[in-house]
Amino acid sequence: MTIAPLPVMPEAPPEPGRLRRQLQEFSRSPGAVTGLAVLIIIIVLAVFASVISPQDPYDLTQLDILDGRLPPGSESFSGLVYHLGTDSQGRDILSGILYGLRTSLTVGILSAFAAAIIGTTVGLIAAYIGGRTENALMRLVDLQLSFPTILMALMMLAILGKGVLNVVIALIIAEWATYARTVRATALVEREKEYIEAARSFRLPGWRILFRHLLPNCLAPVIVIATMQVARAIGLEATLSFLGLGASVTEPSLGMLISNGYQYLLTGLYWISFFPGIALLVTIVSINLVGDRLRDVLNPRNT
Amino acid sequence: MRDLTPPLIEARGISRRFGSKPDLAAKIALRLGLAKPQPIVHAIDNVSLSIRRGEVVGLVGESGCGKSTLGRVIAGIIPPSEGQVIWQGRDRESLNPKERHAAALATQMIFQNPMAALNPRMSIEDIVSEAPRTHGLVPKGGRQDYVDRYLRLAGFDPTMKGRYPHQFSGGQRQRVNIARALAVQPDFLVCDESVAALDVSIQAQVINLFMELRERLDLTYLFVSHDLGVVEHISDRVAIMYLGRIVEEAPVEEVFLRSNHPYTQALLAEVPRIELTKRRFKAVEGELPSPLNPPNGCHFHPRCPFAMDRCRIEVPLKREVAPGHLSACHLNDQPTV
Amino acid sequence: MSALLEVRNLATEFGAKLGLRAVNDVSFRLERGKVLGLVGESGSGKSVTGFSIMGLLDRPGRVVDGQILFDGTDLATLSDAEMRRLRGKRIAMVFQDPMMTLNPVLTVGTQMIEAVRAHDPVSKDVARQRSRDALGLVGIPSPDERLSAYPHEFSGGMRQRVAIAIALLHHPDLIIADEPTTALDVTIQSQIISEFQKLAEQSNTAVIWITHDLAIVSRLADDIAVMYAGRLVETGSVEEVLGDPRHPYTRGLIMSVPSQNHRGEPLRQIPGMTPAINRLPPGCSFRTRCEQATDACAAMPDLMSEGSRAFRCFHPVARIDA
Ligand SMILES: Nc1ncnc2c1ncn2[C@@H]1O[C@H](COP(=O)(O)OP(=O)(O)OP(=O)(O)O)[C@@H](O)[C@H]1O
Ligand SMILES: Nc1ncnc2c1ncn2[C@@H]1O[C@H](COP(=O)(O)OP(=O)(O)OP(=O)(O)O)[C@@H](O)[C@H]1O
Ligand code: SF4
Ligand code: SF4
Ligand SMILES: [Mg+2]
Ligand SMILES: [Mg+2]
Repeated sequence: MTIAPLPVMPEAPPEPGRLRRQLQEFSRSPGAVTGLAVLIIIIVLAVFASVISPQDPYDLTQLDILDGRLPPGSESFSGLVYHLGTDSQGRDILSGILYGLRTSLTVGILSAFAAAIIGTTVGLIAAYIGGRTENALMRLVDLQLSFPTILMALMMLAILGKGVLNVVIALIIAEWATYARTVRATALVEREKEYIEAARSFRLPGWRILFRHLLPNCLAPVIVIATMQVARAIGLEATLSFLGLGASVTEPSLGMLISNGYQYLLTGLYWISFFPGIALLVTIVSINLVGDRLRDVLNPRNT
Repeated sequence: MRDLTPPLIEARGISRRFGSKPDLAAKIALRLGLAKPQPIVHAIDNVSLSIRRGEVVGLVGESGCGKSTLGRVIAGIIPPSEGQVIWQGRDRESLNPKERHAAALATQMIFQNPMAALNPRMSIEDIVSEAPRTHGLVPKGGRQDYVDRYLRLAGFDPTMKGRYPHQFSGGQRQRVNIARALAVQPDFLVCDESVAALDVSIQAQVINLFMELRERLDLTYLFVSHDLGVVEHISDRVAIMYLGRIVEEAPVEEVFLRSNHPYTQALLAEVPRIELTKRRFKAVEGELPSPLNPPNGCHFHPRCPFAMDRCRIEVPLKREVAPGHLSACHLNDQPTV
Repeated sequence: MSALLEVRNLATEFGAKLGLRAVNDVSFRLERGKVLGLVGESGSGKSVTGFSIMGLLDRPGRVVDGQILFDGTDLATLSDAEMRRLRGKRIAMVFQDPMMTLNPVLTVGTQMIEAVRAHDPVSKDVARQRSRDALGLVGIPSPDERLSAYPHEFSGGMRQRVAIAIALLHHPDLIIADEPTTALDVTIQSQIISEFQKLAEQSNTAVIWITHDLAIVSRLADDIAVMYAGRLVETGSVEEVLGDPRHPYTRGLIMSVPSQNHRGEPLRQIPGMTPAINRLPPGCSFRTRCEQATDACAAMPDLMSEGSRAFRCFHPVARIDA
């Protein structure tokens, strides 16, 4: 079964691949590149916190109450230099920050990721199935979004109790709806495109159309929101910890550290809160820089 | 004569409306006079059309007259609001699941925009092999051969099957669409403006491909187009649509030599042909009416030079004006004009 | 007789480093009251030629070579301000998408009155009067009321007529129409072309009609210029070029039009596809698709004249046989 060969051009138009184009596009913003560089450093620091840190701030045996509240640059009896000072329990602030970054990033990434999965699935299903299911799901989303996130998280923690894991759960519950709404909106547009119609007319199974065809084409906004949500979640976790509802005292998340030093701020022991605060700020700003640029680059009108 | 073959597919009294049913909140708002009723688009209105095996039927009409909607209903992509689609003599709704599945696969559609019809995140190979693999048409271990065969059939170089749709030109993408449709071994293709987006010189290539495939694979086509030149070239029979209704239906020579309906005549006056002398363009008067509130009676009456009182009230029915030539115009009821 | 517009060896490039030549060595002349059909495939440089004449090239694009003599002045050397004074007054453009001319948030009347007063210091009432007349002229019913409507209240065909009315406001000497009817229906298309034909004839306006539709050009134009990959490959009167094409590409285009073929037979087709502008073969750009190509074609042929016509080919085809 062959047909007189039709002329075919051996060469494709020399367009660079989408990914390469997007990378080029991304690197055109100095802010975003800086943000990304800083973020990578922060992530490396956080991952290797236990190797890099001069001290293990979780290990109470390493702490000496006599070293409490030392200013930056002080030296301990054991010869350890506290570059950023210590807190009231004699915990090295630098180590605290490194471990704190680890906790904060874990909370942020874990909650953003899980919320993205749940929200995306809900949004996709709502858009694809439509009708009653869509109405019911979207009412739920509306309800969820009408609560301020922080209130939602506070309520959840009041029920679940303190602890890092519970913070993650609270954040997932507070944030999934954002994804659901955005993904549904994108999927509604994509669903009308002819490749979805084609997939239907080929009688492909529903799950296949959903996950093979619809999902990959709705991912761009998810990536953008997820990036921004990591920053938001880190901020929220810090707020919750600051309010005394997040991580327990023995798990030094950044919010926890800030909260610990807050009472000393006015007495001149600025470093206990100040340095963790800076770390938090730098993390959130650099994530947002990257996220902003991703939003521009992944904008469907550019692709 | 072809006329003796039974229809492969037949649309009977198909209507299709668009517009959402009001939900509870909207109903309350309507009651209280806070909202206007949602407009209903009558995209197609009581259309019947039958297509015999091996035939190419051209469907022509102006933008928005419902060509794509009719094509989609016939292809089974959207359900009709009213009416039936008969597949090989049986109502498609009455088929059992297995038969319905087979009927659905046997009818495929080639879309106007070749890029939009391809998933941008899948390679050509995946695009072409997905459906046949899902439906077990590909022999074990024969996937590469299978894909290559259908790509070659559509005039697409199989060595490039690892690439993605955006790396190809419009004509090549349309070939991929054609290969994908052929790969499920259909009997009937609905081509919705399948060459409209292509360049003139590429258009000819793809039209030739369609005609060659018809011979080789014994395909039947519904060829939707607004380009009368293309339709004249490839169709056996032509149906002319105006605002949701088929107004004339006849073998292609009949339509182009002895058109009956005033709208067809107006349309044909403008068939694009290359002429070597400058000539004044004549125009059908008036704007296209909106399908949101189509005119009463004959839809064409606001623009028709022969409109009578009757045309404003009564919908003309299709009647045979010559063997195989149907037209819906009240003029045919007049004794002689 | 001196031409109204004479384009000489126009070259337009995009891209700072790459020097992407979208238009290369394009020359033609156009007299008052004549219609030139500029035809060619998508991406062949038709619009860029039009934009170059209008001085409306998008940022990376610029005219790098050649002259655009309009009534004796070289438009390529004019400043932006001087160009703005000409544009809309003596040269006007109609785009494929009328919304490129129309602002969606202003009424049609406001925009037309502004357009009148941009070049003529007349009172608002006079400007309104003229706008109304212009709308009436292009066949828009009840123009008085239509002046206070917004563009979205018009159908596509009516919007395009408004855009044409705006282009005609100052009775320009030259109108460049870039596929103004491609997006429209057959019947609406003939309405617009017929208005255009009438108006251009009445006011002795020269028109460049850009399209890929040979059938339209054959009925509308006096002269025709065929572009391929940024270059003119054939020019001449409609009768000469369409009746007796000399360039293999022109011939291929004409012969692939369905109405030039017998029903039931395959269409005669041009093999292959248009190469991307930065991937042209050295020598004649049509070489990869040309049946007549020989080794000689590895060099770029010049535009060779033969009486009033010209073509860019070493082996011109003889009289068409069909
Ligand atoms: N999904 C939809 N929802 C609402 N209205 C629709 C939908 N699809 C089509 N319509 C309307 O139905 C009418 C017929 O549309 P259709 O696409 O069938 O026209 P067409 O003849 O194919 O036109 P074209 O030549 O522009 O493709 C139009 O008025 C259109 O706006
Ligand atoms: N702003 C731009 N930047 C870069 N390249 C451009 C730009 N505008 C046009 N080009 C290139 O110039 C070439 C000619 O384009 P042009 O728009 O003139 O084609 P055309 O003949 O009008 O085609 P069509 O029929 O599709 O309108 C194309 O290869 C195009 O990619
Ligand atoms: S029925 Fe009347 S209005 Fe309609 S086409 Fe015939 S003559 Fe014209
Ligand atoms: S110059 Fe040669 S390749 Fe180019 S069109 Fe003429 S014959 Fe063909
Ligand atoms: Mg359509
Ligand atoms: Mg153009």
